[in-house]
Amino acid sequence: MTERRFAIEVEDLTLAYQDKPVLWDIDLHVPEGILMAIVGPNGAGKTTLIKTILGLLKPAAGRITIYGKPFVAQRKLVAYVPQRGSVDWDFPTNVLDVVMMGRYGRLGWVKWPGREDRELAMEALRKVGMANFAHRQISQLSGGQQQRTFLARALVQDAQIYFMDEPFQGVDATTERAIIQLLKELRAAGKTVVVVHHDLQTVSEYFDWVTLLNVRRIASGPVSQVFTEENLRLTYGGKVAFLSKTAVSQSTPDTLQPASSGG
Amino acid sequence: MELLNSLLFDYTLRTVALGAATLGIVSGALGSFAVLRRQSLLGDAMSHAALPGVVIAFMLTGSKTPVILLVGAAVAGWLGALLMNGVVRNTRIKEDSALGIILSVFFGFGLMLLTFLQRNPDARQAGLNSFLFGQAATLLISDVIPMAILGTIVLLLVLIFWKEFKLLSFDRDFAASLGYPVAWLDVVLTSLLVLAIVVGLQAVGVVLMSAMVVAPAAAARQWTDRLGVMVFLAALFGAIAGVGGAMISSLGSGLSTGPVVVLVVSGIVLLSLLFAPNRGLVWNWVRQQRDRRKLRLQSVLTNMYYLAEQHDDMAHPHAVTVLQAMNFGQGGVRRSLHVLRERGLVQESSSGFWALTAEGVEEARQLIDSRRAGKGGDR
Repeated sequence: MTERRFAIEVEDLTLAYQDKPVLWDIDLHVPEGILMAIVGPNGAGKTTLIKTILGLLKPAAGRITIYGKPFVAQRKLVAYVPQRGSVDWDFPTNVLDVVMMGRYGRLGWVKWPGREDRELAMEALRKVGMANFAHRQISQLSGGQQQRTFLARALVQDAQIYFMDEPFQGVDATTERAIIQLLKELRAAGKTVVVVHHDLQTVSEYFDWVTLLNVRRIASGPVSQVFTEENLRLTYGGKVAFLSKTAVSQSTPDTLQPASSGG
Repeated sequence: MELLNSLLFDYTLRTVALGAATLGIVSGALGSFAVLRRQSLLGDAMSHAALPGVVIAFMLTGSKTPVILLVGAAVAGWLGALLMNGVVRNTRIKEDSALGIILSVFFGFGLMLLTFLQRNPDARQAGLNSFLFGQAATLLISDVIPMAILGTIVLLLVLIFWKEFKLLSFDRDFAASLGYPVAWLDVVLTSLLVLAIVVGLQAVGVVLMSAMVVAPAAAARQWTDRLGVMVFLAALFGAIAGVGGAMISSLGSGLSTGPVVVLVVSGIVLLSLLFAPNRGLVWNWVRQQRDRRKLRLQSVLTNMYYLAEQHDDMAHPHAVTVLQAMNFGQGGVRRSLHVLRERGLVQESSSGFWALTAEGVEEARQLIDSRRAGKGGDR
């Protein structure tokens, strides 16, 4: 465990709006090549945590490194899928154009995307099953298609670490399966994926690592070790009744492994 | 025709038209970004905030040279935008309230200075008033040239940073995650908007300049789903409104240009809201009617199929009155039948009695199958 490379390291991270703490003294060590879910109740600071790691919000204190160096130096290793609802989908542009925005980071100032960028964008659209929608106006997309468009945009960033903010929010079953397939392909290619996730039922099925967050870091580690009833109660405050069914029971971890035929 | 003639050969009118076109193009283009970023009202606040700048520039220099007054306007407008950002960032006041505060404080201060000057016996300040509602007729070629130069610079910058501005407008967080300095890009884009407003102040005035920022862009959005086309159309609409308004106001004596320009641009917005394909209200209405008619045809066809199914003979004729009862409340059964006959799907076997043709049976069966599949496929 100790010789494993850490993709993301966060130490003593604290962030507050006015005087209300949103993240309190967070420590996080995310090894390379895993699928990690960040779960926690509303207002737990899940989105804030990834936005802070991405340098979008300024922490009051703390140290964040990506592969041992500050984020600013490693920016090109990181891709970001914001919440679908964070943009105006009535913006006058089409799917291909949005996906090509993922190339802007490598293009740098003033240079316009060229044929190579276009081909990469089409390739990414094929991967998410949206090739036929390349020239579709984005206001005509369904929720699932919007999410795939955002994923394709992250794919063309060609990164090592992917941060995704609630990619399963309000998407259809087909899209959910497609996204999971994609996440597994990314992991197989040695990438690290961090996903803000809401659905406790699917955590142990989809992910191999989990961080439980509620302003403080409650627990972080392999799902089989930290996704326990005890930790979930600490995170959600005992309000969730179905926890016992979804959590990995500490006494009999094997009997509650997810069924192999997931649906 | 006479108007066109004088547009081409009348020196004064040509100058006025050139100035108005410049202001329309620049404010239309920059306004597109303001509208897409939901900052339409920022233009309003900044043009009002420019007024004290104009008056103070005059008080400091004693000169009414447009360039000097417009520099004052730009500084004041820019300060207003900066202050507004500061208020939003450092207090709990929300953006809409901050806009209101900046607008009324700056504009009120400007008006106060203006009335203070007017009480002075010094007559030199006469004419500053025209900055309120604009006076295109007084534009000289020496005013239009700096306007055009400034406008060209603004448009060139938009072109150079097109990719960055587009990304900023669509997804600011993503732009920041890529490493673009979004706070600075915000400042640059807002500053360009201030310059666009300044270009138009003399002709349209501080009170109504905001219409030139919002209206052409809003109208252009109706016609296209592409950013480039939208910016181009907004510039075009802006130019049409500017020139049209300036022309009309120069015909009548004492007509302020601002209000006339706004009337013209409002007309363009109204036409766009009504008639633009896809987004226009009329278009939507027509599409709805077409869908309704199609549904009515399908329902008559399938009802005839269900009726015929009850008999051994699929070509069994049924009375119109039966079909009317089945399509109760939808009306237009007779007309639907005639349309269906033209397509060879039904025939009138005797007066008032209709039957499906072989093709009609096939068509109805497909329709019913596809409907069942549609329902079943919904998990």
